[in-house]
Amino acid sequence: MSEHHDFEAGSYVGVDRVPSQPQREERTLKQEVLGYLVGLALAAALTIVSFWAVETHEIYRPGAAVALLVLAVAQMGIHLIFFLHITTAPDNANNILALAFGVLIVCLVVFGSLWVMSHLNHAMLPMDQLMQRQS
Amino acid sequence: MSTPALRLAPHPSFARSDLAQREASGHGIGGPAPKRIIVGYGFWIFLLSDVIMFSGFFAAYAVLFKNTAGGPSAHDLFDLRNTAVETACLLASSFACGMASLAVGERNLKWTQLALLVTGLLGLAFIVLEIREFAGFIARGAGPSRSAFLSSFFTLVGCHGVHVSAGLLWLGTMIAQFYAKGFRQDIRHRFLCFSLFWHALDIIWVAIFSLVYLVGTLPPELLP
Repeated sequence: MSEHHDFEAGSYVGVDRVPSQPQREERTLKQEVLGYLVGLALAAALTIVSFWAVETHEIYRPGAAVALLVLAVAQMGIHLIFFLHITTAPDNANNILALAFGVLIVCLVVFGSLWVMSHLNHAMLPMDQLMQRQS
Repeated sequence: MSTPALRLAPHPSFARSDLAQREASGHGIGGPAPKRIIVGYGFWIFLLSDVIMFSGFFAAYAVLFKNTAGGPSAHDLFDLRNTAVETACLLASSFACGMASLAVGERNLKWTQLALLVTGLLGLAFIVLEIREFAGFIARGAGPSRSAFLSSFFTLVGCHGVHVSAGLLWLGTMIAQFYAKGFRQDIRHRFLCFSLFWHALDIIWVAIFSLVYLVGTLPPELLP
């Protein structure tokens, strides 16, 4: 690469692969395919365990719902890492931050709704008594 | 642009561009991030806002889950064999989409189109199974207007189904664009967004099959 080209301001904007990057080891196609296969195997295994957890008595039964939640979160992590390629590399820091914020909002919405609504249910009169008072 | 003075007077931050570009991470050091990173980030923000929308539907479903108004409950309705096949279709479809992105990286049109076709057919199989399931529910009198539980169920799962259908249309246009325009940079960026979308839909389906279908078929006395 000529020096002139090097100095052209903004010339890298729009270039997919940064020209000076090959120092970082490129993954071969075989490794990439292997990565997807590992992701597929882990996701399939977690799916099978989830379907098994519904029927089995190996798991403490009242804990089955929590087990399913944990398995689902684990599988989402597998998908994020192996399929969406969320990494800890510096060029991924923005994505991670946005993801963390998204997870925060999702937890607030879901658990907040459940919490508030269960309290309201407790505080409310049973429906038949409510109807009596209104009439 | 032929005057050398112009070309050799870059902004100071670009002076060490060779070293700096290697470190470019979109944080102001090392110059602008590559466009692929920027496009991916922008689409990632959209996906997260989509996930937040789904979280609202999940919250509504979780709150209304027991309000069956004397109608059929989740335990009566769901057929886990159907759910298992749907899950397998969508997971395999997601994997095929990953293979397509590797084929795009290799600039191999034949494998790209083949992998995209497999992705689309598996996605279509998922949608057909879901529509059949919904039609079965409605035929049994368990349509969306039957109870609050069913309203929230059809909204949540149907919204995912609509996303998958839209993804299928997008997939069709991607196949056509690769065919007509080849591996141009802008087409590859569109495909990057599509693959992120498709994988994200699979993540949402993981939440749906675990928390709606599997938890729903647990015996009622085991539920919180």
